[in-house]
Amino acid sequence: MKKKYAKDYTLQELMVVVAARELRDREIVFVGIGIPQLATILAQRTHAPNLVLIYESGTIAAKPMRMPLSIGDPTLASGTAGIYNFIETFSYLLQRKFIDVGFLGGAQIDKYGNINSTVIGDYEQPKVRLPGSGGGCDIAALAKRVIIIAPHEKRRFVEKVDFVTSPGYLDHPEAREKLGLTGGPSAVVTTMGVLRFDDATKEMYLDLYHPGVSIEQIKENTGWDLKISPSVKETEPPTEDQVTLLREKIDPEGYYLKR
Amino acid sequence: MELESKLLPTKEAVKKFVNDGDLVSFGGFTHGIPFALGHEMIRQKKRNLRVCKETPDLLVDQMIAAGCVKHTIFSWAGNPGVGLLHAFRRAVEKGVPQPITHEEYTHFIMAARYFAGASGVPFIPISAGVVGSDLIKHRKNLKTMNCPYTSKKLCLVPAINPDIAVIHAQRADKEGNIQMWGIFGSNKEIAMASEKVIVSVEEIVDEEIVRRDPNRTIIPGFHVDAVMEEPWGAHPSYTQGYYDRDNGFYIEYDQATRTVEGMEAFLNEWVYGVENRREYVKKLGAEKILKLMVKPYYSFPVNYGYYG
Repeated sequence: MKKKYAKDYTLQELMVVVAARELRDREIVFVGIGIPQLATILAQRTHAPNLVLIYESGTIAAKPMRMPLSIGDPTLASGTAGIYNFIETFSYLLQRKFIDVGFLGGAQIDKYGNINSTVIGDYEQPKVRLPGSGGGCDIAALAKRVIIIAPHEKRRFVEKVDFVTSPGYLDHPEAREKLGLTGGPSAVVTTMGVLRFDDATKEMYLDLYHPGVSIEQIKENTGWDLKISPSVKETEPPTEDQVTLLREKIDPEGYYLKR
Repeated sequence: MELESKLLPTKEAVKKFVNDGDLVSFGGFTHGIPFALGHEMIRQKKRNLRVCKETPDLLVDQMIAAGCVKHTIFSWAGNPGVGLLHAFRRAVEKGVPQPITHEEYTHFIMAARYFAGASGVPFIPISAGVVGSDLIKHRKNLKTMNCPYTSKKLCLVPAINPDIAVIHAQRADKEGNIQMWGIFGSNKEIAMASEKVIVSVEEIVDEEIVRRDPNRTIIPGFHVDAVMEEPWGAHPSYTQGYYDRDNGFYIEYDQATRTVEGMEAFLNEWVYGVENRREYVKKLGAEKILKLMVKPYYSFPVNYGYYG
């Protein structure tokens, strides 16, 4: 059957759909609110019905009755399959390597997928003090892979982050392995395209550009000389069904998908 | 002989058990943040507290603005679902109203420090991403070692044993057996790691209610120093099954506290301007209360069996 692509969709909706495509059935996902949560729910309602949603707050296989507005929202507890203490969540689930996918974002992201969510400027004398790691650093190290979601801006995509909060591939291809870390970021879904990491160099490259965005624009909005995949192509748009699901079932109030 | 009662009003419990300079751990993770007890500490002008909480939330932000805090230990200092904590930022970036020192970790490390403290061991080893993070350069107390069995690289995190744990939960009996459901955070671990424990609850219930459902107990009464009934004691956070999170309050707080003056006005209105939680709830008003109340959604009773 030929897919019917939507003509009317927002950039946010496209990002949700693109992130959902990164998930496979039966995976266990450490979810954050916003796009990661919508992407996981969309995947669950389409190609991956057996996805398991785990929130940092310890709720396991949550079935929220309304849109959760924080990772500790009470709707995540009512009707969930189980609830763990904080230490149990991080040790029994994350450290024990049950988490297939973690979602992360950050104020700065560099070409090796290192993320800064701690400070802009010097650590001791910060220009801007941000919230810090939370579980970010733990997820970056202990999830089997990480999907980064971020607006594509030059000040965000920098050659070198001011502070490595959550390690990506650090500064060279073997750096992670030397520290005993497995996994690492697998994809970066931005407002302009999708980036992945070169197997040999672990450097980020452009894999897909969203409809209406040029490769030139993406390079201009990236803080280093971004490499382009020889097989770079346009991002597949959302289907009509996906957009309908998002608008009518998943976020009907438009909490995250403002139009 | 009657069993010893742990019941003590909030004001007296804070006066008796919280000392200036204490290392205070606050419970709650979005759920059940002990605002009633924290506000009382502000009103009693507790000073030089060292405060630990994974997510300081608005409560620690207010305590910083009120001058109660000299040091914070945390892993994520933001306004959950909204943005940043302005008093925390002002203190860290500009030393306003006074500088505070801070010590940050990741969520896992904070949880593991409490767990080690609660387990009575000086440290525990974990596999941690912090070995690849710049955080480790700033935290000299985090060590690494190669596992003596597998030679795998491990991070060693030191136990933390606070002077006092301050917690809010759903219910307790008067012996201080604390029962909780919903999102636990580190409540059990901080209580067992701390020297003293004070807990506010939505309801004090008969001993039989607790003993008919012992799996729901998170802290045994013998380790609780004081317990008090404080309905709505976690507002603007929530208590599962009792009331919803006041998300609007978190958003308004973000707007209202962007300046020092705005922050002072907030404290004057919501903390200094009320004598206790009862007045605070009155101030919240019937309309807000009704809006935040939640429709019941009961679990089914389980059968523990009568083995008499």
